[in-house]
Amino acid sequence: MRALARLVARADGRGGTALVELHGETPLLLRQTSTDGGVATVHLVGGAAGPLAGDDLRLEIEVGPGAAVRVHSVAASIALPGRAGAVSRMAVRAVVHTGATLHWLPEQLVAAAGCAHLAESRIELAAGASLRWRDELICGRYGEAPGGAVVHTQVDYAGRPLLRQSLAVGPHAPGWAGPAVLGGAPATGSLLVVDPSQPAEPSTAEGNVARLPLAGGPATLWTATAPDAHTLRAHLTV
Amino acid sequence: MATPSLLLLLADGRFPAGAHAHSGGLEAAVAAGRVTDLASLEAFLAGRLATAGLVGAAFAAAAHRAAVATTADPAESEARSGALAEARSGALARLDAELDARTAAPALRAVSRRQGRALLRAGRTIWPDAPFADLPASPGGAHQPLVLGLLCAAAGLSRVETATIAAYGTLTGAASAGVRLLGLDPYQVQALLVGLADACDGAAAEAARAADDPPERLPAAAAPLADIHAEIHATWEVRLFAS
Repeated sequence: MRALARLVARADGRGGTALVELHGETPLLLRQTSTDGGVATVHLVGGAAGPLAGDDLRLEIEVGPGAAVRVHSVAASIALPGRAGAVSRMAVRAVVHTGATLHWLPEQLVAAAGCAHLAESRIELAAGASLRWRDELICGRYGEAPGGAVVHTQVDYAGRPLLRQSLAVGPHAPGWAGPAVLGGAPATGSLLVVDPSQPAEPSTAEGNVARLPLAGGPATLWTATAPDAHTLRAHLTV
Repeated sequence: MATPSLLLLLADGRFPAGAHAHSGGLEAAVAAGRVTDLASLEAFLAGRLATAGLVGAAFAAAAHRAAVATTADPAESEARSGALAEARSGALARLDAELDARTAAPALRAVSRRQGRALLRAGRTIWPDAPFADLPASPGGAHQPLVLGLLCAAAGLSRVETATIAAYGTLTGAASAGVRLLGLDPYQVQALLVGLADACDGAAAEAARAADDPPERLPAAAAPLADIHAEIHATWEVRLFAS
C-alpha cells in the first residue's frame, strides 16, 4: 500500500491555528479533533492493519509562522511482515517555521516478529521554532523477538544539524539487545524538546533514563530504556 | 604510500594518545551489572562496534577523504592552495557539527574532544606539516575521529585503513578494560577479538564507503545505554577510567 498524507497549518491572525490543508489516504488518515488555546490537534487514524512490509507511507507536515499543531495517533502501529524481501517505510517530513510549534506525540511503534521496517523522520526547524518529538519503540509483541526495525531521526535547527540518530534492532543489528545498546530492555525511546525560550538545563541520568542537552541548538533529548511501554511513557512525559 | 608498519603504529594502543585511560563505556556497564563475564563482554563489544565504532570510523574516513581531496600539489599556486585550505576547513567544520548531532550525551562529546586533543598533540609533533590548523577551533578541541582522519592522511594510509584503525580502537580499548575491570582471562578476551575481526573489517569497509555520502547521511547508529551510562559515569567521584 502506498499513501501520502499532508498537513499544513497557518496562524489565523486571531491567535489561533487554521489547518489550510489536511488530507490523507488509507491507511494514513488525518482527523482534526480539537482546537484549544490556539493549538490545532490532529489524530492519525490507522485505516488498516500494519504497516506491512511493502507499504510506503509518507506524511508531510508544515507549520507556518506562529501556528501550533499537536499530532497524536489513536493506536500503536504494529510493523508486520509482508511480501518476502520487502520493507515497510513510514517517512515523516516536517517543516516548522519561526514562532511555530509542533508536538508529535504518537503512540508506540511495535516491531513484530519478522517485520522489516524503516521509520524515517526529517524535521527542519527555523530559528525560534519549538518542537516536542517523541519516538517510542517496542521490540516485539508480548514475549516475541522483533524483526528488523530502524528508527531514524534527523533534525536541523536554523540550518544547522541538531540531532541525527538511527536506532536499529532485530536480527541484522549486531549487539542491539546487549549491554552496549538496550541491555535486554524491550522498550526504548526518546523525547526531543526544542524550546528557544528555555535556558538549557544540565544533563542528568539515573537508572535507565537521561536528560541530554544537545550541542546544535536550544534543545534537550530525553532518552530511555524500559521493561514495558507504560514505564517508557512515564520516562518520556515531561 | 604508507608502509604496513605505519598502519600498525597508528593502530597500536601504545601510540601516545591516551587510549588506555578510556574503557569505551565498559566501566559504567560493569558497574550497572550489565557486563559480568565473557559472553556479556562479547555482546557489549558487538553492540559498540555496530554503533559508536561505525560512526567513529565513518567520520575518520570522511575527514581522511576531505584531507586527501584538498591536498595541494607543491607546484600549486598560492591562491589555489588557499582555496583548498578553505574548502578543507569548511568540510571539517561541517563534519564537526554533524558528529556533535550524533553524540547526544554531553559527556561523550567531551570525551571525544579530549581524546582528539591528546591525539593532536602526538600528530603535531610527528607530522608538523599536516593541516591540523584547519580543524574547527572548538573550545574543547576537535573530535577524535576528525583528528585521526587527518593523521592517517598525513601518514599516507588509505581511507579504509583509516576506518579500520578507528573501528579497531573502539574494540580494543573496551576489551583491555574488560580484562582489568572483570579480571577476565586475557587469552579468552583476545579470542573474542579474533572472533570479532570480520565484523570489525566489515564495519570499516561500510564506513569507508559511507564517507562518499554527504555529511548528513553518514551513519548515525545510536545506543541509548551508551548515552545513559556515559552521563552516570561522568558523575562518579572515583573511577578507574576517564570514560
